[in-house]
Amino acid sequence: MSEKEVKNLEEIFEQRIARDEKIEPKDWMPEKYRKTHIRQISQHAHSEIVGMLPEGNWITRAPSLRRKVALLAKVQDEAGHGLYLYSACETLGVSRDELYEQLHSGKAKYSSIFNYPTITWADIGAIGWLVDGAAIINQVPLCSTSYGPYARAMIRVCKEESFHQRQGFEIMMTLAKGTPEQKAMAQDALNRWWWPSLMMLGPTDAESVHTAQSMKWKLKRKTNDELRQQFIDQTVPQAELIGLTIPDEDLKWNEEKGGYDFGEIDWDEFWQVVKGHGPCNKERLSARVNAWEKGEWVRDAAMAYAKKQEDKKLREAI
Amino acid sequence: MKKENLKQYIYGIADNVLILGQRLSELCGHGPSLETDIACTNIALDLLGQTRSYYQYVAQLFDEDKTEDDIAFLRTERQYKNVLLVEQPNTHFGYVIVRQFFFDVFHLQLLQQLQNSTDETLSAIAKKAIKEVSYHKRFSSDWIKRLGDGTEESHQKVQEAVNDLWRFTDELFHMTEDDIATLESGVGIDVRVLKDKYYQQVKEILQEATLDIPETSWFQKGGKQGIHSEHMGYLLSDLQYMQRTYPDMKW
Repeated sequence: MSEKEVKNLEEIFEQRIARDEKIEPKDWMPEKYRKTHIRQISQHAHSEIVGMLPEGNWITRAPSLRRKVALLAKVQDEAGHGLYLYSACETLGVSRDELYEQLHSGKAKYSSIFNYPTITWADIGAIGWLVDGAAIINQVPLCSTSYGPYARAMIRVCKEESFHQRQGFEIMMTLAKGTPEQKAMAQDALNRWWWPSLMMLGPTDAESVHTAQSMKWKLKRKTNDELRQQFIDQTVPQAELIGLTIPDEDLKWNEEKGGYDFGEIDWDEFWQVVKGHGPCNKERLSARVNAWEKGEWVRDAAMAYAKKQEDKKLREAI
Repeated sequence: MKKENLKQYIYGIADNVLILGQRLSELCGHGPSLETDIACTNIALDLLGQTRSYYQYVAQLFDEDKTEDDIAFLRTERQYKNVLLVEQPNTHFGYVIVRQFFFDVFHLQLLQQLQNSTDETLSAIAKKAIKEVSYHKRFSSDWIKRLGDGTEESHQKVQEAVNDLWRFTDELFHMTEDDIATLESGVGIDVRVLKDKYYQQVKEILQEATLDIPETSWFQKGGKQGIHSEHMGYLLSDLQYMQRTYPDMKW
């Protein structure tokens, strides 16, 4: 293809996106669009399956049968999200095994929030309420993103996430209304998860390298700082409602901007965790690698068995 | 049949599904593939759902002030009446599948009988559970075949699990005093009559999977009397941790 032809295709492509048309797997797309989408969708898929670990940590110790069943179902939903996000990613010409390889080698990233430990039951409530809450704010705009398979996957993901968020809030509410010990447990969890949740909305606009391009392709509709503001404005009244205190002395309603002012985020901590120095980076990655390596003989057996069955069918057909 | 017989009889059925559900939920997020993770979690969810129905029934029948959670979390080890098979650890995926398979074949037969119980609630729980357990049995049987007739390594591993867990199968067909008392009143079922068909079904699948049938004649027992293996205490310390550490709270 000549340079002029490519340029022409690119123009048609950008026009289609501007008209809100969906790009489908077989459509022509610029290489950079494909690569950016593989990066983002796979990061998202990895986050779902790594995210199973901190919550899975409490399934066997959940305090009631009802909570145990709900938590199991939630973690299972995340496995399901992982599954269809990997499938969406595969439509861009990369295999699930390659994506796992990138995760296991540390080349691909996942959401840093899952590198924090779940040390009490209240952390399960805090994750649902805050982490899923922040995730929804990040993800709702993706339901109308330009890449068709991703947008469709996100519609389903978002429905389930908002259910998880309500469930998490309900855990926190129950604790906050409970004994002093339970309330303290809830407050402690909020103290530990609040700032990392704010970091989930990404670096400040000034630091964010992908924002401009992502806005153009509708991978983003709002900037990180706008999303963060939305998250804070939505969450502060919820904390007040259940009598918990947001751990930020500088938090104050700003009448003029119609939103809260808030304290400084410790971006050093954020970058340290991104670089692999969070409290559980090593544990999360080794749990994934371990499951994969220990499961190899099982996957091999399934492949070998399927092949034998196919050969048998072929022989019978002859 | 005394009331206590009925309570112990229901524990005998319900504790099996609680403990196996607990074992399966340890695996969530650590399985060999996303698909098997989802399937094992599904089975755990079914089993814990059944557990809740049984315990809610016991709570309603006997102790107005007791809840399903008191029954699940606040008994002592000797008061759990599950068979030894279901408490065995997740040594590797082969063990998970064989334990599941050995239990599923029995479980489905048990429920098919229990649906005819004169106790309407037990009959209703059984009817609902049959659909779920038919799927469990298909899942575990399929995996027995895949692992048995897959690679040399998988064959060896699943054979090891079959050999190890075989000794726990006979206990499934033991009758306790409570089993006998409830059988006489038409509520309970006679598990002894299921035995021949059970081994026939199990052997068929193992043979199809090219696996050897163990020739042991010595079997383990005790779970039904609440005399468990050493694994049980650790399983319960996880299961009961919150309720024991923070007594009398709502969650």
